[in-house]
Amino acid sequence: MFRHKKIYWLSFIFLSSCIEDAPLDSLSPAGPYSRSIDELFWLTFWIAVGVFVIVQGALLFSVFYFKEREGSPEPKQIHGNNFLEILWTIIPVMILAAIAVPTVQTIFDLAREPEDALKIEVIGHQWWFEYKYPDFGITTANVLVIPEDQPVRLEMWSNDVLHNYWVPKLNGKKYLVPGQKTYLNLQADSPEEFWAQCGEYCGLSHSKMRGRVISMTEADFASWVENEQSYAEKELPESSLAAEGQLVYLNAGCTQCHVIDGVWDVQGDRIAPNLTHFANRNVFAGAALKNNRENLTKWLANPAEIKPGTFMPNLELTEKEINALIAYLGTLK
Amino acid sequence: MTKIIQPKKQSNIFKRPSSETGIWSWITTVDHKRIGIMYGYAAFFFLLVGGIEALLLRIQLASPDNNFLSAAEYNAMFTMHGTTMIFLAIMPISAAFFNYLLPLQIGARDVAFPRLNALSFWIFIFGGVFLYSTFLFGTAGAPEGGYLAEEVSRLGSAPNGGWFGYQPNAGMKYSPGTAMDYWAIGLQILGIASLVSAFNFITTILNMRTKGMRFMRMPVFTWMTFAVSFLLAFSLPIIAIALFYVTFDRQFGTTFFLTEGGGDPILWQHLFWLFGHPEVYILILPAFGIVSEVLPTFSRKPLFGYPAIVFAGFGIAFIGFGVWAHHMFASAISPVAQAGFGLSTMVIAVPTGVKIFNWLGTIWGGKLSMKTPMLFSLGFIGMFLIGGLSGVTHAIVPADTQQTDTYYVVAHFHYVLFGGAMFGIFSGLYYWFPKVWGKMYNETLGKIHFWLMMIGFNLTFGPMHWLGLQGQVRRTWVYAEETNLAFWNLIVSIGAFIIALSILVFMANWIYSRRKGPEAGFDPWDARTIEWSIPSPTPVWNFSKAPEVKSLDDFWHMKYDEDEEGRPVKRDTADALLLELEEEGLNPKEDIELPNPSYFPIILASGLPFLGYAVIYKSLPLAIVGVLLILIGSFGWGTEPLEEEFTEDTENE
Repeated sequence: MFRHKKIYWLSFIFLSSCIEDAPLDSLSPAGPYSRSIDELFWLTFWIAVGVFVIVQGALLFSVFYFKEREGSPEPKQIHGNNFLEILWTIIPVMILAAIAVPTVQTIFDLAREPEDALKIEVIGHQWWFEYKYPDFGITTANVLVIPEDQPVRLEMWSNDVLHNYWVPKLNGKKYLVPGQKTYLNLQADSPEEFWAQCGEYCGLSHSKMRGRVISMTEADFASWVENEQSYAEKELPESSLAAEGQLVYLNAGCTQCHVIDGVWDVQGDRIAPNLTHFANRNVFAGAALKNNRENLTKWLANPAEIKPGTFMPNLELTEKEINALIAYLGTLK
Repeated sequence: MTKIIQPKKQSNIFKRPSSETGIWSWITTVDHKRIGIMYGYAAFFFLLVGGIEALLLRIQLASPDNNFLSAAEYNAMFTMHGTTMIFLAIMPISAAFFNYLLPLQIGARDVAFPRLNALSFWIFIFGGVFLYSTFLFGTAGAPEGGYLAEEVSRLGSAPNGGWFGYQPNAGMKYSPGTAMDYWAIGLQILGIASLVSAFNFITTILNMRTKGMRFMRMPVFTWMTFAVSFLLAFSLPIIAIALFYVTFDRQFGTTFFLTEGGGDPILWQHLFWLFGHPEVYILILPAFGIVSEVLPTFSRKPLFGYPAIVFAGFGIAFIGFGVWAHHMFASAISPVAQAGFGLSTMVIAVPTGVKIFNWLGTIWGGKLSMKTPMLFSLGFIGMFLIGGLSGVTHAIVPADTQQTDTYYVVAHFHYVLFGGAMFGIFSGLYYWFPKVWGKMYNETLGKIHFWLMMIGFNLTFGPMHWLGLQGQVRRTWVYAEETNLAFWNLIVSIGAFIIALSILVFMANWIYSRRKGPEAGFDPWDARTIEWSIPSPTPVWNFSKAPEVKSLDDFWHMKYDEDEEGRPVKRDTADALLLELEEEGLNPKEDIELPNPSYFPIILASGLPFLGYAVIYKSLPLAIVGVLLILIGSFGWGTEPLEEEFTEDTENE
C-alpha cells in the first residue's frame, strides 16, 4: 500500500498520535459528567498554553536577543521593579480566580446525587470489580451494564486494598476504600462499550484490573435485567460435554470460591466472581482476557501465569476437564 | 609558611584519628567540603542505580503485553526507582551542595556542628545500604492466599508497595515478606540523617554568618538552604511517626491503617502527603537557589527582585504545608475538602510564578554568556515552566480526577523534578566544578551533555502527558495492545536511553576534566558571591580570615563600580585586589583552628542498621550490637572535645 517507507512512517506517526481510538481516552467524553470535566480541562489547557507561549517566548527572546556578542556593552545593573512585582503577582491571581469559579462549581455538581439515579454497588477485589444491583437482586462481575442516557449512582467500597474506579469516557476516578463508602456518578449518551481500569496501584496484578461498561437502550437493558434475574439453563442434555463440565465445576473445587445461582445451594457471597451468566460477558479474569475458548484454556490451565498473585489456584485440570468446563461455561447465558 | 594547628595526640576511647590523606582521613573527616564531596559521589551513585531501574521499567513498557520483567520485578523496580531518586539521589545531592557551599557563602569556617554533619552523612550511607540490602535478604510474594506461577527473583525481592507505600496494600497481609519492612525502616533511618542536617544548617545560618552578612545580604542559595532546612525539620517528624505506625502494623500487630482493627487506610494518605508535599519543595527549592546564583553571574546583572525571590521561596515553603490533599482528590475526601485544597494549590502557583518572572527579569537586558551552567539554568526555567503549568491543571479538581494516577502525573512531576530539580543540580555541578576541583570542565562536552539531555528528557516525558490523557495508568506492569498506547511508549523508552547516554557524556567530562582540565583560577566566571573570593580548590580553612561583607553580591562590588548609566565599570584596584586575595587565601596570617576528625560519627551511625535488622528479624543479639555501637559512639563523642588543645606544630603548605 505504501510505496515509500517515509510515507508509511509519517502516516504511522500521524495515525498513532491523532486518529487511533484509545478506549481509555479521557479526552473523548461520552456522557455529561465527563463532558463537564472535559470543558474545564480545555479551558485550563488553553489558558496554560497562553501563559506558556508568553513566558517561553520571553525566555527564548531573551536568549537570542541578549546573548553575548562581540562588543555587547555591559548591562545596566537593574535590581528590580516594584510595579512589575505587583503586576506579575496580581495577574496570575486574577487568572486563577477566573478558573477557580467554574472549578468549585463543577466539584459540587459532580458530587451531587442525581435524582432518580439507578443505584449500583461496586466492590473492589484484588483484581476485579464486582457489581451488585440492589434494586434487581443481580450480582455480576467485570462487565457493568447500564441503561443509556440515565444517571447511575455507584456506591463503592473495597474488599481488600485501595482501588480506584475509572471509566475515562464517563467520569473521573474515585477510590474504593475498605471500611467506608465512596460514590461516583456515571451517565452515557448512547449505547456503547467503554473500558474501565483500576487507577490505584493495588498489588501484583494492578495493571490487569480492568473492566467494561456497556450502556444499552432502555429496552435492551430491561431484557438484560430480566435475563440476569433468571437462572441460566439448568437442564443440560445428558452425557453432553457441557454436562460433564458441570460435574467438573461441582467436583474440582470451583464452588469453594465461585457461585452459579441455581446450581448449588449456596447462599451469600464468595470471594470469586459470580458466574451465573458468565457466557454473556465478553471479558473475564478482571477483564484482562476476552471471553473465548483460547483464553479460557490458558486461564484454567494456570491462572497465576496470567494474573500473578491471583487467588484462583491451579487446579491441575486435565485437557479433557478444561474442554468440558469451557463447554459448560458456554451455556451460562 | 602556614600554621595549621595540630591536635596533641590524646587518648580517648580511641586515639584521635590523625591521617590527612587516604581512606581513614575521609571516613573520619568532619570537614564540610569533604563531607559535601562524599555526599555528592554517593548520591550520584544512587542516581545511576535509580536510572538503571528506570531503564528496566522502560524496556518493559516499550511494547504492549511485554514479558521482560515479571509483575513482582516491575513493581519492585518502580518502588525502588522512586524511593532511590527522592531519598538517595536528589535529597543527598542537594545536601552535597548545602554542605560544600553554605559555609563558603556565609563566610564561615565550617558548619555549626561539624561532627553532627559527619553523622548525618554516615546515617545516610548506612540507611541507603540498609535499604538496598533488601536485594540480598528481602523477601516478597503474593498476598495471603494468592498464587504465583514462578518464584519471586532477587530483583523482585525489593520493596514493592510503591514509594508512597499506600496502606493496606503495603501492610503485611497484602505485601508479605520483609521487603516492605526494609523500605519503612530504611526511610526511617534516612529521615534521621536529614533531620540532623536540617538542624545543623539552621543553626549554621543563624549563628555562623560572617561580619556584615545580614539576612538580606545572604545569597539566594543560602536562603533556599534555610527554607529547605525548615521544611525538613517540620515535615520529617510526620513521616517518621507514620512509618513507625507502618512498622508496628507489620511487625507487632497494631492496626493503625487496617480497617478490620478499626484503623483507617486514608489516615496513611493524609500523613504521607502531609510530609510528601513539603518533600516536593525540599527537592526543588535547592535548584531554585542554584539557578538564582547562576543566572545573575552569566547575565552580568544582579538578581532581579532579590527580596521577592527570597520571600516567594518562603511563601512556597509555607503554603506547601497546606496543599497535601491535592494528591488525594480521587480519594475519600469531601467536595468541600476538594474545593479547599484545589484553591490552596492554585495559590501556590502565584509565588512560583513570581520566581519565574524574576528570573526572566534577571536575564532580560543582560549580557548572556552561554556556558553550560547557564544552559542548564535556562533549560531549567523552560522545563520547570511546563511542569508548573501542568501542575495548575491538577488544581482543577475535576480535571485532576481524570489525570490522577495516570502518566500525565508522571510527566508532570518529572518535568518538575528532572526538568526542574535535576537541571538545576547539573547547572550547579558545572558552575561550582572549578571551585571544588580548581580545574575547568570541558565546555564542548558540557554542551553535548546539555543538548542530549534536553532532547532525551523531552522525548521521554513529553509524550507521557499524552499517554496519561489517553488512559495509561501509573505503575502499570503491562498495557493491552487494544489501548493503542504502544507507539508513544516506544518513543518514551528511546528517550530514556538518550538520557542515559547524556549521563555517560557527563561522567566522561567529569572524570577527564578532574584530571586533565585546565587550571580554573579562583574566579573563572567573574562571579558575585564571596565563595569565589577564595582560591580554588577551596583551601581546607576556607577563608584565611573572616571576610567582612558590606553588601549583597559583595564580591562583585569589590570588583565593579557603576557609571552614571548604571553599567558596571571595573575598578582600577580590581586586578590588584584579586591577586592580593589569592595570595592571602593561600597563606593565612592567623593561626587556624579547624575541628578535628573523629571516629564517633560513623560508629554511632553504624548502629542504626543493626537496630533495623533486629526489628525485622526480631533478633535480640542484633539489637544489642546496634545499641552498643550507638552507646560507644555517643559516649565517645560526648567525652571527646571538638577541638583538642593545641600544640605549636607548624607545617609547610
